[in-house]
Amino acid sequence: MLLVSYAFLSFFALLAVVYYLIPGRYQWLLLLGASLLFYLSGGWKTIVFILVTIFTTWLLALKLGKLHKGTKAYIKEHGLGREEKKAYRAARKKVAWRFLLLGLWIDVGILAVLKYTNFAVDNINGFLHFMGSGESLSPVDWLLPLGISYYTFQSVGYLIDVYRGKYEPEKDLGRFALFVSFFPQLIQGPISRFDEMKEQFKASHAFDSRQVAFGLQRMLWGYFKKLIVADRLVHAVAAVSQDTDTYRGIFVLVGMLCYTVQIYADFSGGIDIVIGIAQVFGICLPENFHRPYFSKTVGEYWRRWHMSLMTWLREYIFYPASVCGPVTKLTRWNKKYLGEAIGRRTPVYAASLLVWAVTGIWHGATWGFVIWGMINCFVLLAASELAPWQRRFHEKHPKIKDQTFFKIFQIGRTLLLLSMIQTLEYYKTVPRMFGMLGSILTEWSLAPFFNGGLLTLGLDGWDWLLAALGTILMLMVSLIQRKGSVRARIAAQPWAVRFLLWSGLFVTVLIFGAYGQGFDASQFIYNQF
Amino acid sequence: MEDLLEILREINPDVDYETCDRLVEDGHITSMQIVMLVGEINQEFGVAIPADKILPEYFNSAKSLYALIQELEEE
Repeated sequence: MLLVSYAFLSFFALLAVVYYLIPGRYQWLLLLGASLLFYLSGGWKTIVFILVTIFTTWLLALKLGKLHKGTKAYIKEHGLGREEKKAYRAARKKVAWRFLLLGLWIDVGILAVLKYTNFAVDNINGFLHFMGSGESLSPVDWLLPLGISYYTFQSVGYLIDVYRGKYEPEKDLGRFALFVSFFPQLIQGPISRFDEMKEQFKASHAFDSRQVAFGLQRMLWGYFKKLIVADRLVHAVAAVSQDTDTYRGIFVLVGMLCYTVQIYADFSGGIDIVIGIAQVFGICLPENFHRPYFSKTVGEYWRRWHMSLMTWLREYIFYPASVCGPVTKLTRWNKKYLGEAIGRRTPVYAASLLVWAVTGIWHGATWGFVIWGMINCFVLLAASELAPWQRRFHEKHPKIKDQTFFKIFQIGRTLLLLSMIQTLEYYKTVPRMFGMLGSILTEWSLAPFFNGGLLTLGLDGWDWLLAALGTILMLMVSLIQRKGSVRARIAAQPWAVRFLLWSGLFVTVLIFGAYGQGFDASQFIYNQF
Repeated sequence: MEDLLEILREINPDVDYETCDRLVEDGHITSMQIVMLVGEINQEFGVAIPADKILPEYFNSAKSLYALIQELEEE
C-alpha cells in the first residue's frame, strides 16, 4: 500500500475514525494491527524477516536488561570496593557484549544477506572475470522486505541503548513490535528511538482537534511537495540522466538543479506525510529535516538532512569506531612513529571513512554509492583541514562574516557543491559524472531556454511553471519557518483566511498533482533504501 | 577546568565556553571536533571517554564535560 494512493488514504481515514472511537487503552493494539495489515499489503512472503528481527531483538534486550539489573543488585548486596566493582562490571559487560553481538549478527545479518548478496555476487563475478575464469555466480532473486533498512537500524539502536543501560527493555512484545513496525515510518523513516516513543505508544490519546488538524495539514503539505514538485521534476531528471548524448551542456545544469529540488521535495514531502499521519494519532515523530539547503557548510548540511539517520550513524558507528580498540592502537602507533599531527587525526579519519562507507552502501548496494560516500567524506575532511585557514581569514577580515552577501555566498557554494555530488546518484560513475559536469562549461549554450529544448524533457510549459511556482512556495515556507511554525501562524489567522489557504492547497494538489499518463507515484526515492 | 577550556579554545576559539550550553546542538563543535576533543582529554587528563558517554548532554557545555571527566576519574 503506497502512501500516495487512494487505498492508503481510505485505510488511514477509517483507521483514524476507529482510533478515536475505541477506548484509549486499546489504541496501541489497533495501531499494531494496522501496521501488520499495512505490512501484509506489501506482500506476505517477507513478513517472517521483520518478525524474526522483532522477536530476537526483544528477547536479547530482555536478557541484557536482566544482566544490568543483576550487576547492580550484586554490587549493592556485596558492598564491593572500587577495584572489585570495576572488575565485576567488566566481567559482566563481557557477557552482555556477547548477547549484543548475537543480536547485531541476526539483525544486520538479515539486512546484509537480503540487500547485499547480489552486490557480493557482482563483485565475485567481476573478480572471476578479471582472473580469466569462465565461471560466474548467478544473482539471487530475493524479495526485499518493506522498510528493512529502517526497521533494522531502529532495532539495532534499541539493542545498543539497552546494552549501554540507557533505558530498561520493553517487557511487552506487542508494544515492542509496534515500535519496530509502526506503519507510517516503516517505509522511509524517520528512524526513531525507543525512549522517544515508549510513553507515546503506551498513552491513551483523546481526540484533539488542533493536533489532528495540524497532522492533516502537514500531510497535505507533504502531498503538495511530492505531487506538484517532485513528481514533475522526476521526468526532467530521468530524461537528462538517460540520454547523455543529447542532454549535455546547459541541460546537465538544469537536470542537476531539478534533481536537487526533486530529492528534497520527494524525501521531505514523504517525511511530512509520515509525521502528519502520526500526529493525527497524537504521536510525535522526530523531525528529519531542518531546512538543509540553507546550510553554510557541507558538514552543517549533513546535520540538517535526514537527521535521524545521521544521528544514528554518529551515535552507533562514528563515535564507537573512533574510540574502539584497533583505532586507539592505530592512533598510538601513528603518534609514536608518524608524529602528533597525524596521530591526532587518526580516529577522525578512520571513523569518517567507515561511517561514510556505511552511509554510501546504505543508500545503495553499488560501488557508485560507496564512492558517493567517499566524496562526501573527502569534502568534510578537507573542510576540517581548511578550517584554521578560514579562521585566519576571518580574523583578518572580521566584518565579512556577518555580511548578508557572504552568508548567501556560503549557502550558494554549499548548495552547488552538494548538487554536483548528488549527480553521481543518477550518472552512476565518476568519469561520466565529471564528463557531464564538464560539458556545462565546454558546451555552454542558453539556446534550450528559447528553442523549446526544455520542453523535450518530458515537461510542458505548464509543468515547468507549476514546478517553479511550487519550488518558490517551498522556499517561502522555509524562510517563514525560521521564525517558527507556519501552521501555528496560519492557525492564528481569521477563519476565512485559514479556509482559503488550506482548501486552496487541497484543490491545487487535487487538480495539479502529477497524476497524468505515465505518472507513477509508487516510488518515493528513499523507499528503495 | 582551565585545562579543559584551553583545549576547547584550541578547537574553536570563537565560542564563550563559560556561558554556552548548546555547543553540540548549535553546531559550535562538530562530531569530528568531538572525536579530537576525546583524544585530547585522554592525553591531558588520562581519561578514556567511552562511546556511550559521547552524547550531546555531556558535550553541550564545558561544565557538563568537566563533570563527566571528574566522574570518569573517580570510577
